[in-house]
Amino acid sequence: MHKLLTNEPGAGMLLLGNESIARGAIEAGVAFASSYPGTPSSEISLNFFQISKESDLYFEYSINEKVSLEVAAAAANSGVRSMCIMKHVGMNVAADTLMTLAYVGTKAGLVILTADDPFMFSSQNEQDNRYYGKLSGLPILEPSSVAEAKEMTAAAFTLSEALQEPVILRTTTRINHSTAVVRLGEIKERKTKGDFQKDPFNYVTVPAVSRKLHVKLLKNIRKAETLSDQSPYNIVHGSGNFGIICNGVSYNYVLDAVSELNLMEQVKILRIGFSHPMPEKTIKAFLKDCTRVLVVEEGEPYMEEAVKAFSQEAGLILPIAGKSDTLFSRLFEYDPAMVRKNIAAYFDIPYKPTQAVDTSNIPEIPQRPPNLCAGCSHRATFYAIKQATKGMETIYPTDIGCYTLGFLPPLSMGDFLICMGSSAGTSCGFSQVTDKKVIALIGDSTFFHSGIPGLINAVFNNHDFTLVILDNRTTAMTGHQPNPGVDMNELNYEGYNPVSIEKLVRALGVGHVSVIRPYNLKKSISAIKEAIEYKGVSVIIAKEKCTLYAKSLKQLKGRSFYVTDKCKNHRDCINELACPAFFIQDEKVKINPSLCVGCAVCAQVCPENAILPVKNKD
Amino acid sequence: MDVTRLIIVAVGGQGNLLASKVLGEAALLSGVPVRMSEIHGMAQRGGVVESAIVFGNAESTIISDGEADLLVSFEPSETLRAMNRCNSNTVVITNLSPLPPFTVTIGRGKYPDLEQAQKLIREKTARLIAFDAVKLATQAGDVMAVNMVLLGALAQTRIIPLSTENVKTAIQTRTKKSFVDINLKAFQLGYEAAEKEK
Repeated sequence: MHKLLTNEPGAGMLLLGNESIARGAIEAGVAFASSYPGTPSSEISLNFFQISKESDLYFEYSINEKVSLEVAAAAANSGVRSMCIMKHVGMNVAADTLMTLAYVGTKAGLVILTADDPFMFSSQNEQDNRYYGKLSGLPILEPSSVAEAKEMTAAAFTLSEALQEPVILRTTTRINHSTAVVRLGEIKERKTKGDFQKDPFNYVTVPAVSRKLHVKLLKNIRKAETLSDQSPYNIVHGSGNFGIICNGVSYNYVLDAVSELNLMEQVKILRIGFSHPMPEKTIKAFLKDCTRVLVVEEGEPYMEEAVKAFSQEAGLILPIAGKSDTLFSRLFEYDPAMVRKNIAAYFDIPYKPTQAVDTSNIPEIPQRPPNLCAGCSHRATFYAIKQATKGMETIYPTDIGCYTLGFLPPLSMGDFLICMGSSAGTSCGFSQVTDKKVIALIGDSTFFHSGIPGLINAVFNNHDFTLVILDNRTTAMTGHQPNPGVDMNELNYEGYNPVSIEKLVRALGVGHVSVIRPYNLKKSISAIKEAIEYKGVSVIIAKEKCTLYAKSLKQLKGRSFYVTDKCKNHRDCINELACPAFFIQDEKVKINPSLCVGCAVCAQVCPENAILPVKNKD
Repeated sequence: MDVTRLIIVAVGGQGNLLASKVLGEAALLSGVPVRMSEIHGMAQRGGVVESAIVFGNAESTIISDGEADLLVSFEPSETLRAMNRCNSNTVVITNLSPLPPFTVTIGRGKYPDLEQAQKLIREKTARLIAFDAVKLATQAGDVMAVNMVLLGALAQTRIIPLSTENVKTAIQTRTKKSFVDINLKAFQLGYEAAEKEK
């Protein structure tokens, strides 16, 4: 049985934040969940996926966040408790749905999880999704700990049903990827079937209906304001004239700092866990007894702006600070020492920070950036493209996935990246206004997610570029989740219909389509040459399973290779491929047999034919 | 309860997340409050994986620069890279068997000299326990047991508030059945190695 289905109320279990969130939803009787995977939220979906295979929970990996939210919105409006999980930038994709779904509302509980990523550990920006609450009018809950994440997830379903609105559950990486002991609660029975009651004058958002629905939404926001003021998640504790208002993980750093600085008698803390709408009465009452207030929140000054506005309304004149050049930054994530230091500085408390060791005389340590795996087919495709375009001026718009790592030298494949799917869209503009050859790089999952519209746009508007679809048969970067191109039979799951990328691309009317097996360099290079000579939109599908995925399916059959005495140390293998299976020993190139997967690409690159499979060693 | 802050650094694939999990389970068994966080987005792509484990009465799940009581490192150049997490009272435990990053292979960096590295760490911190954990793991029966060797050395210092028995029980219940014997042997070898380093 899946550990998150353990039916032992009261038992303590060590859980990852994302497991705690999934468990909270299970305890609340969630019966329907959908997601497009994205770090740091991925393990929530993974757990739902696993649970759905051994229970009546329905879970699906949807093609993108917008579709995912629509799928969940329909289930919830049919009376089934539903959850939709995405990373913060996924919310941008789902925003069109989100904004009007707020007008329509929901019947059964609908919880939308957004996992923000301050410091951008694995993201392209660090946008603060609390503004989506303000923009859409939907309530936001924000946990401060792993244990609270479970409680709040369950509470979000109740809140959603009380307001008949979706609820946004906002986390940050340090909630999703922290681990702590969580007390299990009772699991509510899942209600997996619902019924949709026709009500077009409340469901079909033509202007006349939407004008009425916007009025309803504003009324719901007023109700939510009252609930926010009464919420057990907006809590005040401590006493004193100094006030600290904080949220999320910052709350932990504030609690530790106040205790370490011995400020328990001087500081009172307001922790905001229900952050949209902000609890107006609670904040005004809190400010009244304070002489000085500090707002501690990662990201944007979301709370600070609200607190300052409330103080103006209440006619209170007191210093309120948060983001400034001398206090907290809008950049990156916070840490306990930084919060301690700023609290001491703002309230003028003597404090001597622990001195980190002096690192000035430590020699420079070589960087250890993440790298494409040994035998990764993307490396072979990139090398083939390089050979095929020798002497040409090129632009490589790239996209989001493992292959983004190809932008690093020596491959240096990747010149422009904004967001999921942007390789196809930006290629249209680059090819129109420059005379360079534009070759776009996109993975299979990202192509399905949002690359298809860009490609259709290119066909219709007659742009001139080559789109290389790096089809490694899985969503590799986030942990090998299925996408619509995946053969689910290989994973022993029935009831899916894989979509053929090749048939799809041909059906769009792309003028030149070829499928290459990137490990065969000679054939790949000549196919790429043909494609880039074609005037108009051409597509190359580079099809080879991700080596990590193939390994997990026990499909890796290649023998490892070794470098024979014929090696004359040209080092083309290392300098042009940079496969991590290579290492240098006594000035000679060697191959680590435990890393080598036998893709044989380096053997085709070696000018001396000095790299051979181990079997032939005599 | 006093707070003890432990940072574990490793290269993706060395098994530090399992080591953290064992310590978390041992804390749960011991009734010791524990909070951990990890950055593991690109672990499988050869990057650095870092875990922070906070034992005792604290709410934070991360550890600021200079505030680690203990640093356990699975790779010697990563030990040096993590020196900014230490202060003069920090105890450092490191494996001495190098895994040079790929940047060294392609000539974009020089791997640090290990003798000099140890000398620097000894000068700057309270204590350094350094040995070849790969050798001991191999001796225990599997090179992958480096994580258990280092857990053994960590337990020997008695700085974390967990009994050796509870860590062993967590190894028995939380690591793969077929590896338990090797893991326990590796743990013991690490424990003894740290004893010799006194």
